[in-house]
Amino acid sequence: MEIFGVSLQGLAGQLLIGLINGSFYAVLSLGLAVIFGQLNIINFAHGALYMMGAFLAWIGLTHFGINYWAALLLVPLLIGLLGIVIERALLRWLYQLDHLYGLLLTFGLALIIEGLFRYYFGISGESYEAPEALRGGVDLGFMFLPLYRGWVVVASLVVCLATWFIIERTKLGAYLRAGTENPKLVQALGINVPLMITLTYGFGVALAGFAGVLAAPILQVNPLMGSNLIIVVFAVVVIGGMGSILGSIVTGLGLGLVEALTRVVYPEASAVVIFVIMVIVLLVRPAGLFGREN
Amino acid sequence: MTDAYSPNVEMLRITDLHAFYGESHILHGIDLSVNRGEVVTLLGRNGAGRTTTLKAILGLTGRRTGSVMMNGRETIAMPPHRIARLGIGYCPEERGIFASLTAEENLLLPPAVGSGGMSLDAIYAMFPNLAERRASQGTRLSGGEQQMLAMARILRTGARLLLLDEITEGLAPVIKQALGQVIRALREKGLTIVLVEQNFRFAAPLADRHYVVEHGRIVERVDKNELSSRMSTLHELLGV
Repeated sequence: MEIFGVSLQGLAGQLLIGLINGSFYAVLSLGLAVIFGQLNIINFAHGALYMMGAFLAWIGLTHFGINYWAALLLVPLLIGLLGIVIERALLRWLYQLDHLYGLLLTFGLALIIEGLFRYYFGISGESYEAPEALRGGVDLGFMFLPLYRGWVVVASLVVCLATWFIIERTKLGAYLRAGTENPKLVQALGINVPLMITLTYGFGVALAGFAGVLAAPILQVNPLMGSNLIIVVFAVVVIGGMGSILGSIVTGLGLGLVEALTRVVYPEASAVVIFVIMVIVLLVRPAGLFGREN
Repeated sequence: MTDAYSPNVEMLRITDLHAFYGESHILHGIDLSVNRGEVVTLLGRNGAGRTTTLKAILGLTGRRTGSVMMNGRETIAMPPHRIARLGIGYCPEERGIFASLTAEENLLLPPAVGSGGMSLDAIYAMFPNLAERRASQGTRLSGGEQQMLAMARILRTGARLLLLDEITEGLAPVIKQALGQVIRALREKGLTIVLVEQNFRFAAPLADRHYVVEHGRIVERVDKNELSSRMSTLHELLGV
C-alpha cells in the first residue's frame, strides 16, 4: 500500500521520527514555557544545557561507569543545581529590566558553555550506547519499532503530563500560576516568591538536562547539538504561545509530526515548514495558538 | 484572649516612613500607630499616598526608609513574604483575583500566617455567593463577588491585621452595606483593620480613628469621639 508515493512502512517510520523529534520539542519548550512564566526570561541557554545533559551522561558512562538509568536521574539533578546557581548569581539581577537583557545574558551563557565543550571535546561528537534493556525492537506488523525510540516517546510524554498535572491541578501549581500573573501580590500574601522562582528555573533546566540524556543514545553527543535544536524549539514556543504549558506540549508533538509529514510529501520544505507556520501564526494570532492575548 | 479588643496594645507603629517608586519620592515621613482590635482609616484625596502607605507596610514599594514595627518587630528590612507571615492580610485596590485560578483556588491560595483563621465553611457561610461560584474562573466573578473573594481569601489565613484598600470602590450600595457588616463582624472577632477609603460615609461609622494623608504625610488625626466637632476640618481636607 502506498500513500503519497511512499510505502505505509516508510510513512510510519517517518511519523515515528516526527514523534521523537516532537517529544524533544515538547520537553524543551515545556521547560522554556515554565521558565518564561515565572522569570519573564527567554532562556537562550536551554539548548546548551540540553547538550550538557547529553555530555554529562556520556562522561558519567565512560569515566565513572554511571549507567543510563542512573544518569537519567542524576543528570537532571546536576543540571537543575547548576540552574539554581545561574539564577541566584546572574538572572535575579535582571527581573526589573526588559526581556531583552535576560535573552542576551542567557545567549552569552550558551556561547560560553558551548565554547567550553568544544574546547575540551572537539566537534567530532561522541556516541552513547542505548541501555541493554532497550536495544533491539519489536515488529508491529506495519513497521519495526526500535525499543529505545518507543521509550523516548513514552518517557517524554510521562514527564510532560506530570508537569502539566502539577502546574494545572495542584496547590503548588496554583502558586506558580498566580506567580505568573502577579508575583508581587503572591509574595504579599506570604509566599516566598524569590525561592519559588529559583526552584522553577532549576526545574525548567532540569527538563533540558533530562531531554539531553534521552537524546544521547539516538543523536550524536556533540557540543553543537543544542544550538541546532534550540532555534526550532523557540519557533515551537512562539507557535504554542509564550508561557503556555499545554500549548508547548501539544505544539511540540504536533510540529514534530508536521515536519515528518512534510518530509514525506515535499522533503525540500521539511527544514523550513515550522518557520513558515511560525510566520503565519505570528500574523494571525500573535499570542500563539494557546497564548492569552493581552 | 490575646486578640480581643485591647486598645492599649500596639500592633502597628509606623515612624517617619519614606517610600519611593524608582526616583519618585511618594511618602514623606508617615507617622501613625494602630492598636490591637482597632479599625483605623486612611482618608485623603487621590494620589495623597494612602495606597502607597499600605504597600509600604508590606514592602511592596521600591526603596523605603524609616520604621514599620509589627507587634514590636522591626520589618523595614524584611522581604514582603516575611512581613506578611507576621500576620498581615492584604486586600489590594485592584482586588488581585487571579484569572488562571478558580474562585476556590484563589480562596485557598494564601498560606496561613497565624492561628485561628476562619474555616472554609465559615467563609462560605459569610459569603454564600462564593460557595455557589467556587468552580468558576476567578475573574469571571462579578465585581462584588471578586471583592468578597479578595476579602475572604485573607480571612482564612489567620491574619490579625488586615490592610484593606478601597474595598467599596465601584460597588452597588447593597454590596457596600454587606461589606460594612463584614467589617463590623471582623472587628467583633478582634481583628485589627487599616482601611483606605474614599467613601467617608462608609468609613465614618466603622472606624475608631481617622488619619488624613496629604502629599505623603499624615496631616490630621481625628478620633471617633471628635468626629462631629471636627467635621468642618475634614470637609476642607477631603473636599467632601
